[in-house]
Order: sequence, then structure tokens, then C-alpha cells
Amino acid sequence: MREHYLYTDHMAVGYGGRPLIEDICLRLRRGEIMTLIGPNGSGKSTILKTIIRQLGALRGTVYLDGRPMDRMAALEVAKRLSVLMTERTRPELMTCWDVVSTGRYPYTGRLGILTAEDREKVRESLELVQGMDLADRDFTAISDGQRQRVLLARAICQEPEIIVLDEPTSFLDIRYKLELLGILKDMVRQRQLAVVMSLHELDLAQKISDYVVCVHNNTIERYGPPEEIFTSAYIMELYGAARGSYNADFGCLELEPVRGAPEVFVIGGGGNGIPVYRRLQRQGIPFAAGVLHENDLDHPVAEALAAEVISERSFEPISDAAFAKAAERMAACKQVICCLETFGPMNEKNRRLFELARQSGKLAGHAVK
Amino acid sequence: MRRDYARYGGAFALLVVLLAVLVVWNVNAGSVHLSLGEVVRILTGPADGSTEYGIIWGIRLPRICAAVILGGALSVSGFLLQTFFANPIAGPFVLGISSGAKLVVSLVMIFLLSRGLVSSSMLLIAAAFVGAMLSMGFILLISRRVRKMSMLVVCGVMIGYICSAVTDFVVTFAEDSNIVNLHNWSMGSFSGIYWDSVAVMAAVVGVTLLLTFLLSKPIGAYQMGEVYAQNMGVNIRAFRAALILLSSVLSACVTAFAGPISFVGIAVPHLVKSLFRTAKPILMIPACFLGGAVFCLFCDLIARTAFAPTDMSISSVTAIFGAPVVIYTMISQRAKTMA
Repeated sequence: MREHYLYTDHMAVGYGGRPLIEDICLRLRRGEIMTLIGPNGSGKSTILKTIIRQLGALRGTVYLDGRPMDRMAALEVAKRLSVLMTERTRPELMTCWDVVSTGRYPYTGRLGILTAEDREKVRESLELVQGMDLADRDFTAISDGQRQRVLLARAICQEPEIIVLDEPTSFLDIRYKLELLGILKDMVRQRQLAVVMSLHELDLAQKISDYVVCVHNNTIERYGPPEEIFTSAYIMELYGAARGSYNADFGCLELEPVRGAPEVFVIGGGGNGIPVYRRLQRQGIPFAAGVLHENDLDHPVAEALAAEVISERSFEPISDAAFAKAAERMAACKQVICCLETFGPMNEKNRRLFELARQSGKLAGHAVK
Repeated sequence: MRRDYARYGGAFALLVVLLAVLVVWNVNAGSVHLSLGEVVRILTGPADGSTEYGIIWGIRLPRICAAVILGGALSVSGFLLQTFFANPIAGPFVLGISSGAKLVVSLVMIFLLSRGLVSSSMLLIAAAFVGAMLSMGFILLISRRVRKMSMLVVCGVMIGYICSAVTDFVVTFAEDSNIVNLHNWSMGSFSGIYWDSVAVMAAVVGVTLLLTFLLSKPIGAYQMGEVYAQNMGVNIRAFRAALILLSSVLSACVTAFAGPISFVGIAVPHLVKSLFRTAKPILMIPACFLGGAVFCLFCDLIARTAFAPTDMSISSVTAIFGAPVVIYTMISQRAKTMA
């Protein structure tokens, strides 16, 4: 078992002597990513600020590489830990190259003059974030996404063993979100880096993290691998969200379903139903969905959006009971939408629903995609 | 990279040439006209006790040295304060630090003069330092509450006015014989500085500048903001204290000898940054010193010669050339933050 690179020993953090979050015990090895999630204002940044010593811990200690951090010299910490924080930094007349080269600070001499080796490291770091074309640009004149990449290059250039990032993806569009996290993931694998960060994007947190820390109600409410944390019910509870739902498997958010007696019956399956469910939800029309197998792609979305879902167990042909229920529900609806063009042996009964609908004249647009 | 070095080299060369030209011009110009031949003869020849010899060695050269040393010190002090407050219009004059120093120095001077004692240079520097630190303390207190840069400067200007008002009050009630002298000094002037003072200011400014130069690495880190500087390994508390002490010593030294001089601390670093197109402290500290020296020599030349034989106050001249630069900086800064 490898040594924990970073650990906090019953740490309490907060401002002005008043603890905001108590009893924080985090453990992280090199080569692992830990992500803090939680609602706005829960104190994720406060924890990160305490880890990087911007704030003093009110109780407890942060250990880095087995040593208490408050007894380490600033330069010793600098050679092990680098940061990318949310503070807007607008240095005057600095090119992106200059900004990245500040990462060499702990390694340069008295006057901070870069050696050829230092310059090579700066170049490497910029290349890693695909930022060489930014090298000569003024740091204050580039976009948020570019700035974030340059700051990541700066953090990498410091040759840390752990990087602390506070919401690194917040201002980025999806391309740069993916790129930034991709670079981090590579760094973690190649250089056995440890990463502690806070993220707003739950879907990304779920996919990139080895450990997820949920900061809520003035404490670490849950702490563990993403498989354990990301359940729909808990995520809704963590964020105190009463409306809509969170699909833990896909990491996607759904709005509230339209309640009420179903006006439209949707025969779906194989993902064909999803766009129809979404459209009906947008238009505020309550609908019933059926008959869906529990392992069908449409099933979770229907569960989130439909007023009623008629389902069948996975891999079983649709039963008579389910068919009868669906037919009854369909009879009560004003309209039927069938999203299927072909029917296999397992959902043969859906074909019969389709025929019924056609005979009753309720069938709207066939095979809406 | 190579292009940058060429630019830096050219900029330094330009400053040195300007400095040399202005030194020669300053030696030459004045209410007593001396030909270039005479100047060279006096500078290279032995002491002959002539009036011309006295003018050059006794009056003009020490004054030139003072303008060079103090002008340089003032603009380096401005550069440090701008870095410290992350504010391009911070400077010893607008933040009221010069005025604070002026107040304490005049109090000490009047106290000593009224008892018939002679004040030493070191004592005046110490007094100015105390005054500078008092103003600095106020500004630091305010800066904790006020986040907006412009508000900080307004507060500094107010502190400056209060200190100046108290100084005027004190000067008005001083004995007649002291007033003229004190009044001249409190308006800001390089006149009446002799070699013994030059030696003291050279020593104080020299040591302070050397220490500042050795801090250019953390100063550069601090330009990235406190959080990043700390993460790079800068001991923030010690560094902030050092920066305050160094900039206060520099502006105190200037005030002790030449009174408060306006706008050099803001205008020169700004001009020098535009010339070098960088804010790297390792270049800026020597460049600001040279630039400040050039700027003050130029302004002193005008102060001495424009209405000769009457000396203008140096602050009037620096304000004419410095204030527009400050206004320009504020406008361009606003445009940048808006963008």
C-alpha cells in the first residue's frame, strides 16, 4: 500500500476563527484525483484555501508527503504543490510565456533568471496545454479558456507532486473542459501526480475522480469512490434540489416531469422515445410512456419525465398484464405517438398497441425521430 | 526573445544618453552663464577659488547629484508601491506618504531651530521615515476596507491634504527667520543641497536600492497576485513588510532633502514600462532609477532656468509633465478593465 501523499487530520476550516467545516479527514495518494463537490457556498474553496495555506487551519493539520505543512518552508511546499485558483489575476505587461515561467520560481536563483533548462520546462508545459501559439500574447488579452490553460501550464511548470485546482473548468466551453481534464488525467498517470480540485460539473466529477468528497451541512457528508456517491437520490439531497432529477448513470440532469393525467401516450424504445419525451415536457403536456423494458435506453428518461411509465422486466417479452395496462392508459389519452418503425419478438405487444392506436385514429405522426 | 533583449538594451542606452546630456546641460545652464570651455577647465583644473569654480563645484554639481539620486529613488519607490497595491496610479505623493514625511520633518526642524540646534541629515531622514510610515499605516488600514483602487488613491490624496494643512499651520507659526527656508523646502526643491547631504543620500538610497534589487524575484512573483506568489514560495508577510519599509525609506529620503515632489513616482514607472514594454522588476528597478534621474534633471533644469534667477518649485514642474501621464494611465486602465 502506497503512502498517503496528502492527508488532513481532523482539520477545521473557516474565517475569523469561526469554523465553517469541521472534522475534515482527507486521504490522497499520488496518482489519484480527489474532487470536492457540493452546493455553492458550502465551503469547497475554503477547504482548498486551507490546504494551500492561504488560510490557516482552525484545528488539525495538513500533512504533505508525511510532514506537517505548517512546519515546512514556503519554498519546500512550492516544489511539491502548485495551484490554479479562481482569483482573477491581471498581471501588467506579462506575456503568457512570462506567466508560465513564474512556475520556475522555486528553482531559479536569487535574481530569478531562467536557465536554458528552465526555458525548456516552460516550453514543455506550454506545449502540453497546446499553448505555444499563445507564448507571446499579452496574458490579459486572451480568452478565459486560454487563460485557464496558461495557468495550468504554469502549475505544471512548477513540477509539483500535487496540484490544487479551484473550479478549473468553470469558465470553459465543453471543448476546453474536456481538454483541461484530459491533460490533468494524463499528468496524473504519467507523473504520478496527486490532484485535489473542486468541480461544479457533476458528470465530469463522476468520470474523472478516484475519490469524491461531498461538502454539505458544515461537514464532509460523504467521502468515497464515485460509484458510492453518485446515486440520484443523494445528489438531489446534496444540492437540496427539490425539482427535476439527476440521472446518476448518465450524469445528466432532467427537468421536472409534467404532472397530471396523461394526454399523450408514447410508444417508445431503443432511444427513439427520448426526443419525443423532451418535446412533450417542454410543451408542458403530461404523457405516459410504454411499454419500455427496464434496460431500454428510453427507460430512465421516461422515468424522469413521464407522468406514468409502463415497464417490463429486462429481456422478457412484454407480458399480457403490461399490455392490458398500456392499452387502458392509451384509451384514456387523446393522442398516441409511436416512435418505432420495427418491432422485434420481445416487444411484439408494442406492435399491437400501435395497431390499436391506428384503428382508433389517435395515431399522430408515425416514427417521430 | 532576442528582439526583447535588443529593446531592453536600446532603452537602457537611451536613458543613459539622456542622463549624460542632461547632466552636461545642467552644469552649463543657469543664471550665471559659463561657456563649455570654462566648464571643462573648471572640472578638470585645480581649485582656484574663483566664483565660477564655486558655482560649479559648490552649487550645480551637488544639485545635479541630488536630482539624480532623489529622482531615481522617488520613481523606484513609486514602482514598489504600484506593485504592492496592484494599482498603477499608486505613488508616494498621491498616497500621502510624502506629505506625512513632510509634516514630521517640519515639526522636527522647527523644534530644533527654535532651540538653536542644527539638524543633521540622518535625523531628518529618520523624521521623514517616521512620517512616511505613519501615512503608510493609515493607507494600509484603509486598503483593508477599500478594495477599489481609485478610492484608495482618493483617501491618499486626502491624507496628503491633511498633512499639508497641518504643515502650513506649523510653518505659519514658526519664527520668521526660519520661514523662508522652511517654506521653500516644503514646496519641494533641489536647491540648497551640499556635498555632505549628497553623501548621506547616496549612502541611504544606494543601500536601499541594492536591497530592493535583490528582492526583484519576489516582486515579480507578487505581480501575479498574492495567492500565486505565496504558492511560488514567497513568504508573504515578510515580503510585504520589506516592500513597505523599502518604499518608505526611499520616499522619506527624498522628502527629507528635497521636500515632497509630485507625480514622479507614478509618471516615471509608467513611461519606463511603456518604453521597455515589460514590468519585470529586474529591469524596472534600474530603469526606473535612471528614468527618475532623467525626469528630475529635466524638470530641475526648467525650474532653475525658466524664470531665472528665480527658482520655481520642482513640484510645479514635475506636475506639469507628470500629471498628464497619470491621467492618461487612468484612462487607458479604465479602458482595459472595461474590455
